[in-house]
Amino acid sequence: MKRNRQKRKAPSIATSSLPDIVFILLFFFMTVTTMKKTNFLVENTLPNATETEALYQSDGIIEILVGNPTKHNGIYSMDVPKIQLGNRLAEIDGVATYVLAELAMMPENLRKTAMVSLKIDKTVSMGIISDIKNELQKINMLKINYTTFQGDIFRDIK
Amino acid sequence: MPRRKGAPEVNAGSMADIAFLLLIFFLVTTTIETDAGLDRMLPPIEPPTEEPPVIKEKNIFTVNINKNGQLLVEEQIMDIKNLREAATAFLDNGGAPQGSPEYCSYCKGKRDGSSSDNPSKAIISLKNDRETKYATYITVQNELVGAYNDLRNRESQRLYGRDFVKMEAEYLNPETPSSVRDDLKDKVKTIQDLFPQKLSEAETSSN
Repeated sequence: MKRNRQKRKAPSIATSSLPDIVFILLFFFMTVTTMKKTNFLVENTLPNATETEALYQSDGIIEILVGNPTKHNGIYSMDVPKIQLGNRLAEIDGVATYVLAELAMMPENLRKTAMVSLKIDKTVSMGIISDIKNELQKINMLKINYTTFQGDIFRDIK
Repeated sequence: MPRRKGAPEVNAGSMADIAFLLLIFFLVTTTIETDAGLDRMLPPIEPPTEEPPVIKEKNIFTVNINKNGQLLVEEQIMDIKNLREAATAFLDNGGAPQGSPEYCSYCKGKRDGSSSDNPSKAIISLKNDRETKYATYITVQNELVGAYNDLRNRESQRLYGRDFVKMEAEYLNPETPSSVRDDLKDKVKTIQDLFPQKLSEAETSSN
């Protein structure tokens, strides 16, 4: 009998406030984070830089990713860097049309300050990047941003 | 009096599970960090009829990167770690003699007649190979922008008592109140005019 009594008395932890705590966490994450726009179809380890400026606007930005295709894209060779525009891989001649199409979808007031964010894997060689820059010059999209991580720059070149 | 006991409670035990599910969903699909990087302005395509302006050899600071990531600065091989210092010395040189219209009153360099006349005349010319690694290129860009930022910070400290980089970041931040931004705009502009960023990128060589 004594044992039974003790079992009944064991205190239960009040979990009624748990949802509230979790909801607070949830709202915190909802406010401080931004949605991922694209899935990476290419490897994308950005280089490091120290003299960076933050990209404050998130609407007027057109992203171009460059890197070696990741494994599950079987048709492309994994050693040749590819350009990712939106959610697909493309060749260099698709860049201009893509940027212009993105620009056309933007609200009018953002078009003037629109910027191209180049997210380029650090192992890519400059040839393909020069080609992209040439394409952007042709369509007069001159504001670009080499998107980087913040960190010690000399770590990359060793 | 069974009614006094009140309405039956809603079972809220699974509420936590639902909330956790939502939380995990947001954790997975979102990223916290805002993007940052090096802002650059590409040169517009020149009209073919326009003649290129004549620039004195001594006002150009040439940086060549070869495909192995080695640097040739002003015809000499240089370690990438010394680049910032060399670029700063070139920009801050102020070689024009006192009394001439190009005399630089705020320069603290060596005033070497064979280097740049004035920061507003000084141009850094960057050339790279098609095989150059992007990481090397960014490092060089970073060091050159760093040289400009160091000098701008120095002048900003002298004139306004705070760093140029911080002032510019605050100016560009859309959350800064517009009254503060108007004030900063003039200051940022003044400093930028003291050391205008003239970084020219030539066509990449193919061999």
